[in-house]
Amino acid sequence: MTTQRHDFDPTPFLVEELPWAPRFSLRVRPENRAALAGALGLELPTAVGQRSTAGGVEVLCLGPDEWTILAPDAAPLAAGSGAAYAQIPHSLVEISDREITLRLSGAQALTALTTGCPRDIDAMPVGQGARTLFDSATVILWRDDRQDFRMDVWRSFLPHVRALLDQVMVELKSGL
Amino acid sequence: MLLIHCPYCDATLPEAEFAYAGEAHISRPADPSALSDEEWRDYLFIRTNARGPHFERWRHIHGCGRFFNAVRDTVSDRFLMTYKAGEARPDLTVKEAAE
Repeated sequence: MTTQRHDFDPTPFLVEELPWAPRFSLRVRPENRAALAGALGLELPTAVGQRSTAGGVEVLCLGPDEWTILAPDAAPLAAGSGAAYAQIPHSLVEISDREITLRLSGAQALTALTTGCPRDIDAMPVGQGARTLFDSATVILWRDDRQDFRMDVWRSFLPHVRALLDQVMVELKSGL
Repeated sequence: MLLIHCPYCDATLPEAEFAYAGEAHISRPADPSALSDEEWRDYLFIRTNARGPHFERWRHIHGCGRFFNAVRDTVSDRFLMTYKAGEARPDLTVKEAAE
């Protein structure tokens, strides 16, 4: 007789839509990076994927000249950028409404992400992040803990991403 | 799926994050209006179509967003090396001797 055993898990992972928060895209050439970091009072990591947190402001290095910044208070950042603009050419763009952040947590959050991301997420160190792909949507992935992720999704892709995650939820609940 | 090393991220990542962007080391003529029709055609359309190592551009579009150059063997579809945009065309005989 063949018996099939499943480990049923009623809540394999949790998807939450995080509330709106100010978000910026910063572009500056590498030779001006240090000067601009000083002018804005930010720490701009140099290696792609690295993050820094200071005073509630989170910075993620997306590329050699590109950073995404989460700042609870946008005013000082905008003022610093305006004051430094004449001396240090750069671009600071508010993109708060472009993306919506999903938080994925729970015992199988990593498994849920691997259904859409081609990248080896398990190898991503905790406390780092990266821009990558979820199915066909470009997303920014932040790894806050082993099974705790934030995923910034462009808002027009959100229904597609949510539908896929709902499907994954059903499959994981049924032990597939 | 192919794995491609991005020289800017310094990581080996799946092909799905990248986009192919044609042959590398083709520079736009400084004065296009001085060219004959044949020379302009060659610049626009005529490509190496190499059998073996091929120098080509790729873009890490779903990642750091940067263009870079790669050497791919068109027979085996293996990536021999990747290097940053703007760097000189690498000498493959030196690389073979080192291996």
